[in-house]
Amino acid sequence: MTSTIPLPSTEENQSWTRYFSFNTDAKVIGIQYIVLAFFYFLIGGFLAMIIRGELITPASDLVDRTVYNGLYTMHGTIMLFLFIFPVLNGINNLLIPTMIGAPDLAFPRLNAVAFWLVPIFGTLLIASFFVPGGPAYSGWWAYPPVSLQNPLGNLISGQGLWLVAVALSGVSSIMGAVNFVTTILRMRAPGMGLFRMPVFCWTALAAQSLQLIGLPALTGGAIMLLMDLTAGTSFYRPEGGGDPVLYQHFFWFYSHPAVYVIILPAFGIFSELFPVYSRKPLFGYVYVSVASFIIVGLGLIVWVHHFFPSGVPEWMRNLFMFNTMLIAVPTGVKVFAWLGTIWRGKLQLTTPMLFCLGGLVNFVFAGITGVMLATVPIDIHVNNTYFVVGHFHYVIYGAAVMCIFAAVYHWFPKFTGRMPYEGLGKLHFVLTFVGANLNFLPMHPLGLMGMPRRVSSYDPEFAFWNVLASLGAFLLGVSIIPFLLNMISSWARGPRANHNPWNAIGLEWLLPSPPAEDNFGDHVPTVISRPYGYGSGAPLVEHQAEIERALTLQEATR
Amino acid sequence: MTSTPLPPSDQAVPHGNGQHANHNLTGFIIYLCSESVIFLVFFSGYAVLRLSALDWLPAGVEGLEWRMPLINTVVLVSSSLTMVVAEHFKGKEKLWLFRGFWLLTMAMGAYFLYGQAVEWSGLKFGFTSGTFGGTFYLLTGFHGLHVATGILLMGVMLAKSFIPGNYNGGEEGVKATSLFWHFVDVIWIILFVLLYVWRA
Repeated sequence: MTSTIPLPSTEENQSWTRYFSFNTDAKVIGIQYIVLAFFYFLIGGFLAMIIRGELITPASDLVDRTVYNGLYTMHGTIMLFLFIFPVLNGINNLLIPTMIGAPDLAFPRLNAVAFWLVPIFGTLLIASFFVPGGPAYSGWWAYPPVSLQNPLGNLISGQGLWLVAVALSGVSSIMGAVNFVTTILRMRAPGMGLFRMPVFCWTALAAQSLQLIGLPALTGGAIMLLMDLTAGTSFYRPEGGGDPVLYQHFFWFYSHPAVYVIILPAFGIFSELFPVYSRKPLFGYVYVSVASFIIVGLGLIVWVHHFFPSGVPEWMRNLFMFNTMLIAVPTGVKVFAWLGTIWRGKLQLTTPMLFCLGGLVNFVFAGITGVMLATVPIDIHVNNTYFVVGHFHYVIYGAAVMCIFAAVYHWFPKFTGRMPYEGLGKLHFVLTFVGANLNFLPMHPLGLMGMPRRVSSYDPEFAFWNVLASLGAFLLGVSIIPFLLNMISSWARGPRANHNPWNAIGLEWLLPSPPAEDNFGDHVPTVISRPYGYGSGAPLVEHQAEIERALTLQEATR
Repeated sequence: MTSTPLPPSDQAVPHGNGQHANHNLTGFIIYLCSESVIFLVFFSGYAVLRLSALDWLPAGVEGLEWRMPLINTVVLVSSSLTMVVAEHFKGKEKLWLFRGFWLLTMAMGAYFLYGQAVEWSGLKFGFTSGTFGGTFYLLTGFHGLHVATGILLMGVMLAKSFIPGNYNGGEEGVKATSLFWHFVDVIWIILFVLLYVWRA
């Protein structure tokens, strides 16, 4: 007798040790990525606590000034290269194969290598705290000539380790991107054309394409910086005929698109979750999908707005200001689509939905300050002030990280087989939303008043807003406690999850929770309609009723 | 446990073996596109530094000798042709002719590296001689690394051709290697124009 439905993974013969081995199952690697990323999130968050502790008083009294420089450099680097990219790759690993009905990624071993590079360069980066001279202190963008200073003259310096770690991170991300793009393009279930693909896969495809185009630029620029630092070349040394602004071009040619690599998957999560918890189809599915690629195209030609004051010619300023503002159009299309989706829906305010709604509010605010910053006169006024820091943290923490939390709560039952606790989740949401706004909103008035970023002491007139921001930061620090408690306790002994606890539509919800190692195995269902058919009652795949009945029966006999 | 009959057409059509082999080539092409960006960065960096330089050539250096690099260029470009011939014979299942031309391609690649080394050893400037020396060695060195990788890949493919029946159904590795080699070739042509043809 052959079963036509995928068998559930038998938890008994799957030991926890597989999470510490060179496993090639995308679902194991996904969880490895996410757990490791949150470990680094705690380290990066701890650095943020010290930074905000220093800034709660105007005087530089908690840490030494040079230590402070290392703290904000490492905070930014850890959060971007060791937290947000790995956690997103973890979500990609879990969702892409299950959403498109593939048994695994196209290159499972490459996937495992890409993951295991993360702890390697993570260790390298953290180790730079312990080399003579301390870690890199030139900010996460490592502009020369500051990043070219090596006063101790050692070959192994904090900045050198930083560059090697960033280059390895690039190698790992390229491996991941090749894998994700190939998988999405070639391994979709029968019947799933591009315009029947869930929006998360569209945004993942867009984001990973950006990685492929942009990352080599950063790697190339970093190689030249490393040569300047260690081999005595002068690509960026003005005294040797080099050009420090050239590095800024290379760096931002990748690092601006990198923001879209982070926020596009968040758009995908919005587009997945709003329909589920509003019980309505996604408004304007085609426009939302295509807008991702318009964002990719525009996102590649806006990088100069990061350094308008760095001796950039006038025509470049105008061109890049215009391009930057243009991005608000496809992004606005998406925001209206989400609003159209929740408009008159039957909203279910579960934890994931709350995180999405909060994230959307923060994102719109960040978008408005983004258009302000694109304007050359305003940018020149607030460049290198806390206004930029506030804007950036609203995008990354306020929108992207809140979306990541939403995704974790939403898909937790699918991949662990257990339900997370709602009460702890809602507490986590309230603390995060209040904490993030209390932390990052005061940075805007500070920036407009002229407080520069990356300083450990400041004029007492800035004290009021700084105290508020620090209190918000400490609240954010506390907010992670209910999250961790929730994750650990519900994974260990939370109530068992059925295959579709949220009544969601999608291939991943036609798998048992947790899915078998090869997902659908040989029985990939044929997709017969577009995603998000909420309220229509039309099936997503052939034989959907049979598959669901079989899954329910399986759960009853468990 | 229930079982529901499924029509045979539903039996996981896209995940067969033949399709899986194709993924390797798809992945490799995607990787090559990405790899080309790193060269684009070095090329644009070179152009920017050169155009903005006050004294491009270091003191005592009058420019680059172009005769030997030109011979090198001819050898490398022709090696792309011998590779096409080799692949043609593989398609006709004449394995020994394939191996012969494949080996010839490898030899031409090796000659190119040798020529590059001879040129380097005769130069009066080093890696640290301003942006001129830095970009020259960065571009030629990074490209040379790719040539070496290409020869290595060809060696692996040559060894694999001795496994009986291995290349009967076409071999993705050979296709990927030849794509890589043509890529390295095109990069060199751009590089040659930028470094040797472009006169101040």
